[in-house]
Amino acid sequence: MYRIVEAQRYNPQVKRLTVEAPRVARRARPGQFVMVRVDERGERIPLTIADSDAASGRVTIIFQEVGCSTAMLGALEAGDAVADIVGPLGVPSHLEGLGRVCVVGGGLGCAIAYPQAKALFGMGAHVDIIAGFRSASLIFLEEEMRAVSHGLTVCTDDGSNGCKGLVTDILKAALEKTDYDAVIAIGPLVMMKFVCLTTKPYAVPTIVSMNPIMVDGTGMCGCCRVTVGGEVKFACVDGPDFDGHLVDFDEAMRRNTIYRAQEQRSLQDHICRGEERLHAQ
Amino acid sequence: MLNKSTTKTPMPEQEPALRARNFEEVAFGYTQAQAKREAERCLRCKNKPCVSGCPVGVDIPAFVGALAEGDTAAAADVIRRANALPAVCGRVCPQETQCEQLCVRGRNGEPVAIGRLERYTADWAMEYGEDETPAAPNGVRAAVVGSGPAGLTCAGALARLGYAVTVFEAFHKPGGVLVYGIPEFRLPKAIVAREIAQLEARGVVIETNCVVGRTVTVDELLAEGYRAVFVGSGAGLPTFMGIPGENLNGVYSANEFLTRVNLMRAFEKGAQTPIQPVRRVAVVGGGNVAMDAARCALRLGAESVSIVYRRGEQEMPARAEEIHHAREEGIAFRLLVNPVSLIGDEQGWVREMVCVEMELSEPDESGRRRPVPKEGSRVTLPVDAVVMAIGSSPNPLIRQTTPDLAANRWGCLVADEATGRTAKRGVYAGGDAVTGAATVILAMGAGQAAARAIHEDITDGRL
Repeated sequence: MYRIVEAQRYNPQVKRLTVEAPRVARRARPGQFVMVRVDERGERIPLTIADSDAASGRVTIIFQEVGCSTAMLGALEAGDAVADIVGPLGVPSHLEGLGRVCVVGGGLGCAIAYPQAKALFGMGAHVDIIAGFRSASLIFLEEEMRAVSHGLTVCTDDGSNGCKGLVTDILKAALEKTDYDAVIAIGPLVMMKFVCLTTKPYAVPTIVSMNPIMVDGTGMCGCCRVTVGGEVKFACVDGPDFDGHLVDFDEAMRRNTIYRAQEQRSLQDHICRGEERLHAQ
Repeated sequence: MLNKSTTKTPMPEQEPALRARNFEEVAFGYTQAQAKREAERCLRCKNKPCVSGCPVGVDIPAFVGALAEGDTAAAADVIRRANALPAVCGRVCPQETQCEQLCVRGRNGEPVAIGRLERYTADWAMEYGEDETPAAPNGVRAAVVGSGPAGLTCAGALARLGYAVTVFEAFHKPGGVLVYGIPEFRLPKAIVAREIAQLEARGVVIETNCVVGRTVTVDELLAEGYRAVFVGSGAGLPTFMGIPGENLNGVYSANEFLTRVNLMRAFEKGAQTPIQPVRRVAVVGGGNVAMDAARCALRLGAESVSIVYRRGEQEMPARAEEIHHAREEGIAFRLLVNPVSLIGDEQGWVREMVCVEMELSEPDESGRRRPVPKEGSRVTLPVDAVVMAIGSSPNPLIRQTTPDLAANRWGCLVADEATGRTAKRGVYAGGDAVTGAATVILAMGAGQAAARAIHEDITDGRL
């Protein structure tokens, strides 16, 4: 069992947990992920490492409750424990040599964009961050992102934070003004697809972080296959970072729907079971 | 008294129609009376041809002889001396190409059912035998990477010599292919857990959730004070055919399909790992893994399941018993047929498999006749799930993170076959990580050989 030492809820769907996992913390680098299993019957969930500290042996994950397993994870608090956590998995992000970078995060993707921005900022790079959320009430990590960037723009789909727009609109304006060495985009597949389409005409290298369905996370199941430049890659061992201009996003979006029906049913069952418990009490 | 029957004493098993819809074990195993009767078929040959067919060298006539005398405890002792996982081997070894193939009784009728007798003995020992106690410690630490058949065997053998052995397992549960690959109905996971518990009783420590090559490297293990590291990380990297449509939804590697079902227990109510409901399934391949995937699909409720194999039945690498069981359960065999593309619907789900017919020409380097496509032929199969069971190769993580470990062009680690020694001092390797996907028992043989070499090298001061 791996003990949870800190828990913080960012919004009704997004939560942050800090877990004691010394072996993982010792080696974790930005861009890597862990597989988490909540309990003995649980599935293995891939979650990007949002932060880690080798000295205290702690690893932080930030996740969105989309199915039964993540909802169960979301119900845990400090003092609870998860059955399993394994990692760090995947290839660390290649951030060396980047002088001027625009990091684009969408929704939960900000949780993954943040450690990359933090690492780049720490390495002395010029970092601009564009963070997009659906609505002001869902914004998280704003102060943290501000602290590791030279310019932070937070926009919302509904304009409820006073800045209405899509990350791609803001990115386009930024690309007009600034000559970036790279754009790092992390968020929903559709957002990353359009970020890549936006950067393409400017020929700015664009790195995306893929988060496909996986079972083991170590190269064994092949479920996470992604077509990159016409070649089949396994996101878990060849990625999760890829050259966004080469990724077949349409295929990736289709493959991400494989278990959607089961996911929704399991979440529904989970909510029903929770309600039953409430009624029983 | 010699039992002159020319056929094996039958082993009771579940009716095909019934078992095709459940995950319980197919065969029930012998009773003591059946085991004794079968053991009495053994001629106790002086030159023991059967033993030379056993990769771990179990003294077969000795244990079968003890069974014939009704002394199961003595039989269990004989097996344990050579085999760390007898309840597993009794179930999954390809006996027909090993010990039983060399049995003299097989020249006129069926050979002695050595596998079934091993299973009987091991199951008896689990129930009534005593766990081995830890050996006197020799103060030397050894690390084993992977808790599959090779790793567990190596760990067990080293522990018996007094080594403090830690086994590092990437998954949350130990057993390797025995738990993620081989299905419950062929090898119940409770049996694997018991075999592992016996190793733990011998002093072996298992650390799960540790991916060597990511969580820790081989060099770090050596630096942590492990004098020897045995790499038995298996062949876990799935192979795809590289045909159009292979990334459609509903197309799985056998690893994914079997891991969801076996390790993650997607077939059980309450398990959270999902598996797509399947109706018409095609499994590509002719080995044990293909049979396992096909039979799992049937048990998940599929209406029709086909094995699609590019050669003929004679060339199939699967155990004879698995092919027989699969056929009994209603799996269709589409032989001499090879997929060339997969076609999907508008939502991107696989709907049709397009194949060509094949014919066999002259034998290739593996000794099997090489299949070649019949020009102009075309066969289509309606499908909603496809499982690719065409082999796997070693995972690259260890060779990528251990610079002085050599690998061949198939990604297999280079190690001496008889000793497991690699070019890197203190590092040994064996099993599928070295040979590519092979059998449980060959991996066990390699694990045992490496344990012997490690002990020699430590004793002689080479490490």
